[in-house]
Amino acid sequence: MDLLFGLLTGVLFGFLLQRGQVLRYDMQLGALRLKDMTIVKFMLSHIMVAMVGIYLLNDLGLVKLSLKATVVGANALGGLIFGLGWGLVGYCPGTSLGAVGEGRLDALAAIAGMLVGAGIFARAYDGLLPTVYTWGDYGKITLAGVLGVNHWLVIAVLLIAFVLILRWIERKGL
Amino acid sequence: MARQAKGWSPYLAGALSGLVSVGSVWVAGKYLGASTTFVRGAGMAERLYAPDAVATLAYYLKEKPVIDWQFLFVLGIALGAFIAAKATGDFKVQLVPDTWRARFGDGVGLRALAAFVGGAVAMFGARLADGCPSGHGLSGMSQLAVSGYLAGAGFFAGGILMARLLYRGK
Repeated sequence: MDLLFGLLTGVLFGFLLQRGQVLRYDMQLGALRLKDMTIVKFMLSHIMVAMVGIYLLNDLGLVKLSLKATVVGANALGGLIFGLGWGLVGYCPGTSLGAVGEGRLDALAAIAGMLVGAGIFARAYDGLLPTVYTWGDYGKITLAGVLGVNHWLVIAVLLIAFVLILRWIERKGL
Repeated sequence: MARQAKGWSPYLAGALSGLVSVGSVWVAGKYLGASTTFVRGAGMAERLYAPDAVATLAYYLKEKPVIDWQFLFVLGIALGAFIAAKATGDFKVQLVPDTWRARFGDGVGLRALAAFVGGAVAMFGARLADGCPSGHGLSGMSQLAVSGYLAGAGFFAGGILMARLLYRGK
């Protein structure tokens, strides 16, 4: 059943990624070159809806959060390394498969590279555990928890901030 | 611009994808993510020629080479994108993206090499950060996870830096 839900969710998500035109190298580089913010519009719209929906269902006791641990060293350094690679490949792991789906076959080389990267990481993992993974390990924390305020206050502030960012992007014609 | 002609508004597609995400968490208890699947995929491939590595490396023991919810989710993305592209006449086989061609020419090999190397570096970083723009960027930021905002900032900082290096002055 899990597998069926996975496939169905993937098909819906892939359909919307394609319709939102965010699967292309040109769009991802457009954002990284600060010339076309289509993917930022897609991501922030997604986050705004999901943030409200997930916390509403969580407050009603219908879903559980699944937080990834905050390890400042690993999150920030890994994030930066991901970004450097992303600027070169122009696809992220999820969109690489979608890009192949709409005919962008350079994404096949990207997928091959990503598999090799995962294999290299599996070999580096043991050496990283006692180092990067211990730098700033705070466990599973949220912005609301860190600030010591109600999560709806944080959500309200983020919603306003995201709307202002998107308005600014539209004004600039990005 | 021409790109607006054939697609949906990114706001609409993004918001609907947010609903898909909420539905997935509600119905299946699963948060969207993609990069763990590449570890499982690599493990499956390595089992064919380096079974010892798969059986002993701690990371492959942590993320076992099995087909799970996320594996099917990632494959589903390709299928969903294919259906959407075919249904709307947007499907087009292309080996070199337009932006890349304008800067680096239409060499298929050079583009494939860059995509391969970039993909490897990106995946190494994603696994170190414990997520990609789906797991950290969408699911993490939606849950207000500090890790999501940290990693998300890193993704864009590194990406903007690399884009500057590649497209300097263009």
